[in-house]
Amino acid sequence: MTFTAPALEYGALAPMLVIFGAAVIAVIVEAFVSAKLRAPVQLSIALGAIVLSFAQVWRLRGTSTATAAVNSVVVDGPVLFMQGTILILAFFAFLLIADMDAFAAQASAIPGSVEERKALQVGKIQTEVYPLTLFAVGGMMLFPAANDLITLFVALEVLSLPLYLMAGLSRRRRLLSQEAALKYFLLGAYSSAFFLFGAAFLYGYAGDVSLSGIHAAIASGPGNDAFLLIGMISLSVGLLFKVGAAPFHAWTPDVYQGAPTPVTAFMAAATKVAAFGAALRIFYVALSGAQWSWKPVITAVAILTMIVGSVIAIAQRDVKRMLAYSSIAHAGFLLTGVLALNQEGLKASLFYLASYGFTTLGAFALVTLVRDSSGEVTDLNRWVGLAKRSPSVALIFSIFLLSFAGIPLTAGFIGKFTIFTAAYDSGNIGVVVAGVLSSAIAAFFYIRVIVMMFFTDPEEDTVTVTIPSLYTNLTIWIAAIVTIALGVFPTPILDAIASLATFVR
Amino acid sequence: MNLLTSMGALPLLGALLIAFLPAANTKLIKQAAFVISLLVAGVGISAALGFDVNKSGFQYVEKYSWIPALGINYQLGVDGISLILILLSVILVPIVILAGWNESENGRFSVKTFYVLILILETMMIGVFAATDVFLFYVFFEAMLVPVYFLIGGYGTGARQAAAVKFLLYSLFGGLLMLASIIGIFVISGNQIGRTFDIEALSTLQIDSTTQNFLFLGFFIAFAIKAPLWPMHTWLPDAAKSATPGTSVLLLGVLDKVGTFGMIRYCVELFPEASKTFTPLIITLSVISILYGAFLAIGQKDIKGLIAFTSISHFGFITLGIFAMTTQGNSGATLYMLNHGFSTAALFLTAGWMISRRGSSTISEFGGLQRVTPILAWSFFIAGMSSLALPGLSSFVSEFLVLVGTYTRYPVAAIIATFGIILAALYILIPVQKALHGPTTPGNENLPDLNKREIAAIAPVIAVIIALGFYPKPALDIINPAAQATITKAGFSDPAPVVGGDK
Repeated sequence: MTFTAPALEYGALAPMLVIFGAAVIAVIVEAFVSAKLRAPVQLSIALGAIVLSFAQVWRLRGTSTATAAVNSVVVDGPVLFMQGTILILAFFAFLLIADMDAFAAQASAIPGSVEERKALQVGKIQTEVYPLTLFAVGGMMLFPAANDLITLFVALEVLSLPLYLMAGLSRRRRLLSQEAALKYFLLGAYSSAFFLFGAAFLYGYAGDVSLSGIHAAIASGPGNDAFLLIGMISLSVGLLFKVGAAPFHAWTPDVYQGAPTPVTAFMAAATKVAAFGAALRIFYVALSGAQWSWKPVITAVAILTMIVGSVIAIAQRDVKRMLAYSSIAHAGFLLTGVLALNQEGLKASLFYLASYGFTTLGAFALVTLVRDSSGEVTDLNRWVGLAKRSPSVALIFSIFLLSFAGIPLTAGFIGKFTIFTAAYDSGNIGVVVAGVLSSAIAAFFYIRVIVMMFFTDPEEDTVTVTIPSLYTNLTIWIAAIVTIALGVFPTPILDAIASLATFVR
Repeated sequence: MNLLTSMGALPLLGALLIAFLPAANTKLIKQAAFVISLLVAGVGISAALGFDVNKSGFQYVEKYSWIPALGINYQLGVDGISLILILLSVILVPIVILAGWNESENGRFSVKTFYVLILILETMMIGVFAATDVFLFYVFFEAMLVPVYFLIGGYGTGARQAAAVKFLLYSLFGGLLMLASIIGIFVISGNQIGRTFDIEALSTLQIDSTTQNFLFLGFFIAFAIKAPLWPMHTWLPDAAKSATPGTSVLLLGVLDKVGTFGMIRYCVELFPEASKTFTPLIITLSVISILYGAFLAIGQKDIKGLIAFTSISHFGFITLGIFAMTTQGNSGATLYMLNHGFSTAALFLTAGWMISRRGSSTISEFGGLQRVTPILAWSFFIAGMSSLALPGLSSFVSEFLVLVGTYTRYPVAAIIATFGIILAALYILIPVQKALHGPTTPGNENLPDLNKREIAAIAPVIAVIIALGFYPKPALDIINPAAQATITKAGFSDPAPVVGGDK
């Protein structure tokens, strides 16, 4: 038996290779560079890698290499767009992370121990968050590009494992943070098992792990339908968990609340892109032939997700939890793009993911600014009267909230409009109506926050708005500008998406 | 640059200018806002003078591609109906600024913010009436809510936050239903003529009746919330009671007209068949609104609440006129929108002055104002008479047209609606008697009469009320062709009067 080395298209894989390479270097830096220099070196490596990787994505934009690495990775328009989006979002997430204030000095130290206090005092701050984030970014870039179930699963784990750790890194309220991390890990592991189980059944059905092979098997239809159904259901559970769709959403609020806010920002923005990218590819490419089997289920999940997200968000008193439920509602809206199963749906989803990512990043970045002596204040009751103390922060946060609510002239509106149009076009009118009604419910809690900030007098117990660092400031302003710009003049992005948006099968 | 765009951009640029003025110099800010709004009114009047009443279709048309990927254009144009409403808006804004010179002082936000919001709102008002692209219309329709929300919540009195939020949520709910319908008609246009939002192109679509009914309802509910029709009116009295008089003038005088305007432009013209289907229901709701609003107005102790409920009654008349589907009814409804704008403005402004002088908005606290403050009392009286449609004042013409137009098709509804006029006499004359006549209530002896600024603000409104009462022809000349076109587009013809027969 002869062994032939697989042909690897390094050019097509370059964006991911750069990131993974940088992640490995960052691990070495963590071990060998002195504590003082570590943070700036890590930041430069991370940002440099992202810029380099983005340049590779840019270089690839015209080419249609189709598949790489023995058919296990696809490089097509949607993938490049999503990789570009993830990279840009990660760039700004790194800027937020650069304010190391949110992270525990030594994540391994027991919360409240002498060891921990000492480490803080002498400034022995570990920076493992950088390599972890880089690994997660690499996994996220691979996830929507994966062309077979094995690669999908590998990508899923590569992106998830660092996130589990990162959720536990918070400097303040460490127990809450560690609890969130553990919860995320256990539920995540559970959903990974479902994913793997589904993958096995789909392999059993199609005799092939590649997405195109599954598509072909469904089209010719000789396989065992029970295998197909079990496979699809289990695989969907794994995916729906990652996107935070009901009834697999329970982890979202706890993790969003417990994780350090910069990590939450990164997770909320970039993970959505990656997970929906993969979901879109699986449903559009592999399972479109079996749509009559999964569409009713996904429709129900989409409607449930919208309603659960919007309704439960009303009861939230913590801004991070509220944003978490809002992200659940948005996952429901995004599922309508999956359901549309047409070119429009894909384009709309890509636009929605990009615009939602920026708005989310900006919103969480802003949350890091509102503090008192013991750190960030996420209790909404203490946000009252924020506009009096810091009108610009309140104004920009309102812009983000209005975009979440889908008010015209913000990116959120164009996203909602295009995605609902695609769903209506494909005949899913019920989902559109549910989406519109839950938007109306959602508007209520977004507006309530605006009311709190602008129309209620601040109480005695005041929070302060810290002067943002240059990095955070830049992130917030860029996010705000993008949110408005994509709402007023989305043409360049819509055109770019239109020229890219075809999945290579 | 085109006239409509200039008119719309001017207040926005003005708002930008004001944003850069020193916040402490409130006098300069007010003067700047007033001058800008006067300029806009000048542009508006010149647009009206240059409007060719003999031409059908939209004039001052301009069209630029905005989001080509979605077939969205920046597309403006006016016909008689929208021109009249734009004119109403641009004339009322300077009057409101002048009349409420000090109402920006005690707000939650700065004086500067108040005028920035007012001017942004003016841009939105012009845009919402001038848009001939449904998407653009929707953008203005929704974006308009934001400045109004801050105007009510930031500068009003009493439970202003609650009122502002109620207003916003009601409007957003309606707007989102409309969004679903807009998406629906957009998709249908894509299947038939290529994706477009052009209102004229959309009115040529062939839509099956079930779909048409649903799409119609999406639009109609949004507009019925906006123009409040019973039973979707509950936000209006709260908002009107809480808002400053100036904001209330713009809210009831102009913003609510977006609802009735939308019924003509979007409901009737885009979905003629569904309009026909729902006409009996809507006529019934209108008649209920007329009587309900009138009865509740009679029972009001708060003068702002009273005006709000009279408006609900009047919106009933307007909706009745629109869905009577006759040229007379439609012209009457449009003219009614104009007249209601002015008479509500007069009522709210005079009531606002009474309230700020007395420090109370309860009707029974006033009394004998005729003797103490004759000019104020006369102004309120004339405004009230216009509101009850006294012949010789403007509202009479429009109310008469609406009733005549309705009678030819729905005699029963017209007859019941006529009771609204009798009730109107009650709800106006009771406060007139209580507040203006009789012995002067203790504490009111030394109230000052209107000053020159206030007279300058109210005089043009009263002049318009009287002028249009005696000679409505200029307004009707502009309105009639458009109303005729609407009825024709909806596929109706005016029923010929029959003598001696039953209908």
